[in-house]
Amino acid sequence: MAIVVLPPALRAAVEGSERVQVKAENIRELMSTLRERFPLLEETLDAGPAVSIDGEIIADPFLEKLEPDSEVHFLPQIGGG
Amino acid sequence: MSEKKLKYVGTRPIRHDGVDKVLGKANFGADLNLPGMLHGKILRSPHAHAKIISINTAKAEALDGVLAVITGDDFPPPPSGKGSVEGPQDFGDMARNVMAREKALYTGHAIAAVAATTTRIAEIALKAIEVEYEVLEPVMTLERALAPDAPILHEEMRAKGEEPLPEGPTNVATRTVMGFGDVDEGFSSADVVVEREFTTETVHQGYIEPHAVVARSISDGRAEVYCCTQGQFMVRKYCSKVLDMDPTQIKVTASEIGGGFGGKTVVYAEPVSIVLARKSGRPVKIVMSREEVFIATGPTSGSHIRVKIGVKNDGTITAADATLNYEAGAFKGSPVMAGMMTIFSPYRMDHVRIEGFDVVVNKPKVAAYRAPGAPMAAFATEGVMDELASQLGMDPVDLRLVNAVKEGDTAAYGPKFKVHGFIDTLQAVKNHPHYKAPLGPNQGRGIACGFWFNAGMQSSANVILNEDGNATVVTGNPDIGGSRTSMALMAAEELGIPVDKIRPVVADTESVGYSDLTGGSRVTFATGMAVVEAAKDVVRQLRERAAQTWDVSVDDVEWRDGHAVAMNGHADDHEPLSVAALAGSAAKTGGPISGRASLNARGPGPGFATHICDVEVDKETGRVSVLRYTAVQDVGRAIHPSYVEGQMQGGAVQGIGWALNEAYMYDEKGKLQNPSFLDYRMPVASDMPMIDTVIVEVPNPTHPYGVRGVGETPIVPPLPAVAHAVNQATGVRFRSLPISPPRVLAALDD
Repeated sequence: MAIVVLPPALRAAVEGSERVQVKAENIRELMSTLRERFPLLEETLDAGPAVSIDGEIIADPFLEKLEPDSEVHFLPQIGGG
Repeated sequence: MSEKKLKYVGTRPIRHDGVDKVLGKANFGADLNLPGMLHGKILRSPHAHAKIISINTAKAEALDGVLAVITGDDFPPPPSGKGSVEGPQDFGDMARNVMAREKALYTGHAIAAVAATTTRIAEIALKAIEVEYEVLEPVMTLERALAPDAPILHEEMRAKGEEPLPEGPTNVATRTVMGFGDVDEGFSSADVVVEREFTTETVHQGYIEPHAVVARSISDGRAEVYCCTQGQFMVRKYCSKVLDMDPTQIKVTASEIGGGFGGKTVVYAEPVSIVLARKSGRPVKIVMSREEVFIATGPTSGSHIRVKIGVKNDGTITAADATLNYEAGAFKGSPVMAGMMTIFSPYRMDHVRIEGFDVVVNKPKVAAYRAPGAPMAAFATEGVMDELASQLGMDPVDLRLVNAVKEGDTAAYGPKFKVHGFIDTLQAVKNHPHYKAPLGPNQGRGIACGFWFNAGMQSSANVILNEDGNATVVTGNPDIGGSRTSMALMAAEELGIPVDKIRPVVADTESVGYSDLTGGSRVTFATGMAVVEAAKDVVRQLRERAAQTWDVSVDDVEWRDGHAVAMNGHADDHEPLSVAALAGSAAKTGGPISGRASLNARGPGPGFATHICDVEVDKETGRVSVLRYTAVQDVGRAIHPSYVEGQMQGGAVQGIGWALNEAYMYDEKGKLQNPSFLDYRMPVASDMPMIDTVIVEVPNPTHPYGVRGVGETPIVPPLPAVAHAVNQATGVRFRSLPISPPRVLAALDD
C-alpha cells in the first residue's frame, strides 16, 4: 500500500498520524480514498496541492501510477522565477 | 536518456536571435506601433496606505485628445469564490493589484488610467483626475506589521494555517509549520549549537526592459495583446480572469524580452491596456517608466529569519529549527513556503522544524524572483553553517560534505531526493585552484551552497520540415536566456541537420499548443522534451517516407545523421536519402511533414550549486570589492554550455548585488526614495570580475539528454558566500543585507 506522509498541519485531519497507508494504484484513487476516510482533508485536497511520489514533485497530479510501496507527500504549489 | 555520441548538443553556436539583438533590430515590448494607436498612462497612488473616498475623472475626460479614462469601476468585480484561486495565484487580489478599488495599498498602486493621442496629453490628463484619499498609517516593516497595534491592510483578512494564529483582523496571511523528528531531542545530543537571526531588504529583479504592452480591441469582443512577458499563455489566462473574458477571446504575442527573472510572470498594464482599448475603440500602448517599474511591479520579499542548528563535534547535524517571516507586499503570497522548503534541503537531518509567516505590508505585491524565497533562506542557514565550521575548526566545505544530501536522503521538506550532483559540486570546489589561492591583506574568502527544486510543467512544440530540408521549431515560451538555440540544438541532434538549418520561433497563443510560462528553470528541460518528441515524430515520418520510396518495411530503415539508411539486406539496393531529398519529394509521398508534441514534463531534477567568493574590504570607505568568484553547479547536461555559463554568471551577479548594495529605501510615509538605477545600486560590469564557472554534469535520467534546470539555482549561494568572505576579511559577521559601505564602516567602528 502507498504511504502518505503528512506535514504537521494536516495530521489533525488524520487522527494525528504522520503516515497513512492507502491502497491505491494511482493518485486519483489515493485522493478519493483519502477524502472518504478523512473528510477533514477535503479542503486541502480541493486546494489542488502538488504531490511528491517517491521524490518526484508533480504540480498537477491525477493519474500518476503508484507502486505498492510508493511514498507520497502533499506539498504546496511553488512558483518559480 | 540518449547514450549516443552527440554532434550538436553540447556545442556553442551563435544564437539565432543574436544578430538582430546586436544590431538593435530585435523588437521588444515598446517597439510595436499600430495605426491610430493611443498612449496610455496610469495614475498611481501617492500614498502607501489610504482609503479611496472618491475619484472624479470629468476634467480629464474633457481634455482634447483624451479618448478614455478608466478606474476600478470600469473593470468587472474582482473574482471571488470558486475558481478565483489557483495554486499561489488569487485572481481577486490580482484584479485589485492591477487597479485599486477600495484602498490604495502601496505608493504606486494604480488608481486610474488614461488613453490619449500623445503621452504628453495623457500625462496632463492624469493630473486632472481628482482623487480624495483618507490617508492611513503605512505598514512598512515586518516588525510593524506584526505589532499588536499595527494598522491592518485588509480588514477581512484572517490568518490561516496552524495554531496558534492571531485572532481577528491581522497582517499575517498564513502561518505554516513543517518538519519531522523531535528537535528538542536533536539539540540535546548536539555538542555545539548556533542560533542567529538574519534580515534581508526588499529588492527588485532589475530587468533592463520596462514593462510594455500594446492592446487592440476587436469589434467581436476579442482582444489582441502584444507585450514583453515571460508567458503569453499566462497573460492570456490572467487577463481573462481579471476581465472576466474567455481565454480564447484574447490573443497574446510575446515580444523579445529584456529580462524578467520572475518579475514578468504576472500582469500589470496588460488588462489596463485592454480596457482602455475597449473604451476608446483604438489600440493603446502603455510603456512603464523605470520609476513605475520600481514602485509598482513585483520586487521580492524583505525577510527576517531565525535559524538554529546543532552539530556533533564531527560536524554531523543533530537538529535544525527555523522561523521565517517574509513580506508579501500589499497582498498575501510571499515565497515563504519555498523559503521553508529550501532552507535546510542541502543537508541531511533527522530532527527538523520549520515555521513560516506570510505577512502583508504596504509595498508592491511581491512577484517571483529567480528561485523565489530561497536566497534569503540560504543566507541564514549557510551563515549558521559557516559559523559552526568556524567553531568546530572545520573546513567549511568539509562540514558540508559531512552533511550533504545524497540520492535517497530525505529532504527537510519531506520527500526523498533523486539522483543529483551536490557532493560533486563540493568536491569540485575543494579541488579548484581558486579554493587554495593565497589571499592578501583585507581580503577574505567565503563559500556557500544553494538548492532549488526546478520545474517541469506543460509545454508544446511543433517541428515543421520545410521543402528544402530545413526545419522550423515552434514553441510557446519567450526566450530569456538563449532557449531558442537550445531548442534548435536538440532538434538538430534528433533530425541530424545542422543547427543553422533550424529556425526556432516563439509563437503567439493561437499558433502553438498551450505552454506554461518561462520560469522555474523549466524551458530547456520541459519544452526541450516536447521539441525532442516532436522531432522524433518527424524522424518517424521520414523513415516511413523512405520506406515507401524504396518499397521496404519501415523496420528496414534507420535514421542516421540526417539520412534515411536502408538496412537488413537492403543497403546495397538503396543509396541513403537525405532529409532534404525526403522533404523535396514529400508531395509525392504523402504531403508536408511536421511533428508535434504536447506534454506535462515530469522529473525536472533538483539543482545544487556551491560558490566561492573572494572580496577585498576597503576599511577607509567600507566598500566591498569582489575580486574573484567561481560558481560550480550541477546542470545535468549543458545543451548550450555558453548559455548555461551565462545563467550561472547572471545568477551570481544578481546575488552579489543583493548581498552588497541593493535595497528598497522608503521614507517614513512609505514613499520609495530610490526608484532609479542611479540610486538603486545594481552591479555593473565594471564592478565585477569575470565570474568563473564550473559545469558539473550529473545527468537527469528523466530527460532525453539529461537536462536539469539551471537558471534559478545560481542566485541562491551568492548572498551567504559574499557575507562569509566579508567576515573573513573583517572579522565581522554580517547578518543583515546589504553589506553596504555605511554598514561596513559602522561595523568596523564598533
